[in-house]
Amino acid sequence: MRENGNPYKPHVASIEDAWYETYGDRAIKTFKVVFDDEEIKESWEHRPGQCAMIGLPGVGESMISISSSPTEGKFLRFSVMRMGKVTQALHELEPGDKITVRGPYGNSFPVDEWKGKKIITIGGGIGQAPLRPIIEYVKANRADYEDLTIIYGSRTSGDLCFKGELEEVTSTDDVSCHLSIDVEEENWQHYVGFVPSLLMEVNPSPENAIAITCGPPIMIRFVLENLKKLNFEDEQIYTTLENRMKCGIGKCGRCNAGNLYVCKDGPVFNYATLKQVPESFA
Amino acid sequence: MESLKLSKEKLGDFVSKLTDKELLVPQKEGEALKFAPLAGEDMPELDYENTSVPPKNAVFPHTETMLQFELGKMDMQVAAGDEKEKVLLGVRPCDARAMVIIDNLFTWDVDDPYYVDKREKSTVVGLACHEPCSNCFCTSVGGGPASTEGLDVLLTDLGDSYLVQPLSEKGEVLCQAGADVLEKASDADIQGAEKAHEEAANKISRHIDTAGIPENLPSLWEHELWEEVSRSCLGCGICTFLCPPCHCFDMQDEVEGFEGRRCRTWDSCMFSEYTMHASGHNPRHSRRERTRNRINHKYSYYVDKFDVIACVGCGRCINLCPVNIDILDILSKVREAL
Repeated sequence: MRENGNPYKPHVASIEDAWYETYGDRAIKTFKVVFDDEEIKESWEHRPGQCAMIGLPGVGESMISISSSPTEGKFLRFSVMRMGKVTQALHELEPGDKITVRGPYGNSFPVDEWKGKKIITIGGGIGQAPLRPIIEYVKANRADYEDLTIIYGSRTSGDLCFKGELEEVTSTDDVSCHLSIDVEEENWQHYVGFVPSLLMEVNPSPENAIAITCGPPIMIRFVLENLKKLNFEDEQIYTTLENRMKCGIGKCGRCNAGNLYVCKDGPVFNYATLKQVPESFA
Repeated sequence: MESLKLSKEKLGDFVSKLTDKELLVPQKEGEALKFAPLAGEDMPELDYENTSVPPKNAVFPHTETMLQFELGKMDMQVAAGDEKEKVLLGVRPCDARAMVIIDNLFTWDVDDPYYVDKREKSTVVGLACHEPCSNCFCTSVGGGPASTEGLDVLLTDLGDSYLVQPLSEKGEVLCQAGADVLEKASDADIQGAEKAHEEAANKISRHIDTAGIPENLPSLWEHELWEEVSRSCLGCGICTFLCPPCHCFDMQDEVEGFEGRRCRTWDSCMFSEYTMHASGHNPRHSRRERTRNRINHKYSYYVDKFDVIACVGCGRCINLCPVNIDILDILSKVREAL
């Protein structure tokens, strides 16, 4: 049996830092991890939008999007919502603890193709995690892109991920950040309402623009409708799909949406492609 | 390669020449007939229609340890592969074809090292069908009762003997090992086998014309036929579990004492948990969606990806379904709807 290059054998990584983004039943905790093996640490390459299988021996693995951009350094960030067995176990970990990581998996956002364009990210809840690497990537390569518009909302202000760093985004001529929550709260300075409505309020021009949306399926549906109202072409719109996965390498079968494997052909899809796939928004 | 002949009386002698390999032959286990190691002096019993459990188990086991670890340690070790090479004796041509079909899946993009290792260490000796089962439809999906795809050797029953046709290097090696008990086949033997093959193909009574199905099946996405054909489904999953080209698996960790293992087990797209998200959301929330996926995957998606239908027409899903759901009935409805 080939030991080297066995695609199921994970690497070990240490948690350098960990903090809660949100609290409650479905708390979100971010882990900043570094590979123990120097060689892996140096050779690891990922692109915005890719995912990794993270886990613990004896518990299992979950496919989680890498929420850091490769431009940030030789570490990975994962923002994990407490949902099932594996994420529950991960939430119990602290800095100094270790996890297993294998990947990176899937395709990525075509950030090279987007050079010279305006970038608009439209996120909801934990859906901001796969969008964060785009934002960091664009910020790190600021000269390559036109305006960066961040639109992000969640149910309450307590459910916003990366709240601190997003509030720190100083609106300049070419960078803006628009936050929203579903219902009114005391001291909330930003928009109140759903993300699709916030999008209409921001009213971005489709001219030379790319819109990327991630979030709950219901939000994505209305965001897509509204983007069409704003005259975005299908080809200008990107989203990510998520499905249950086990192997991450196109073998175990379960993540398919129509004839596409989300782990291989996705998770990033152009809307023009996705429209042809009947199961994609199921 | 030259065709040979093995007298049935000498089958035991032939088998005894293969002691350096693990010999798997169809054997009864309760009500099931499955490939299992031949014990001691036992003679292989090759008089059967087909095994209820397909031989995919030998290359893609129902449960397989992938990684091992010590409880509390982070390092996971790759489980050792099989030491011995295997010979599968008496594989029906449809089941051998299924292995070729799933080779595509297990080797595309990244090799699955467990599958590839077992596959490389297996020699597949086929047995041409004389009496196809009542639900066989291999000839409709690219196979046949004497199809040689995926076989290293093909045996054809000639009454008192078998015609032995080596088909690959592995097959040649096997025949050389048994050279003492094999004789040269005559032209009459070869003609006899060809006649038997033709007769068997003519005995296949069920057919479906698959032309146009792969390209057009997804267009029937919202068609009422999916509701109709899945209404009686119990969701037991037997149609996929014992389907030779079905290859979906689950991965789970198990810990016993201080020993842990990460293993994979067969899974089925007909189970509700198969696609259930951690949030509870299920993109295929009812048997209608799951049945639709099963048929689309076999007859359309797999063809898109690997240019071959992921069904070999063995008829197991029809024979074993507790509520008599019949894939040929479904495909006939698809035909009508197209």
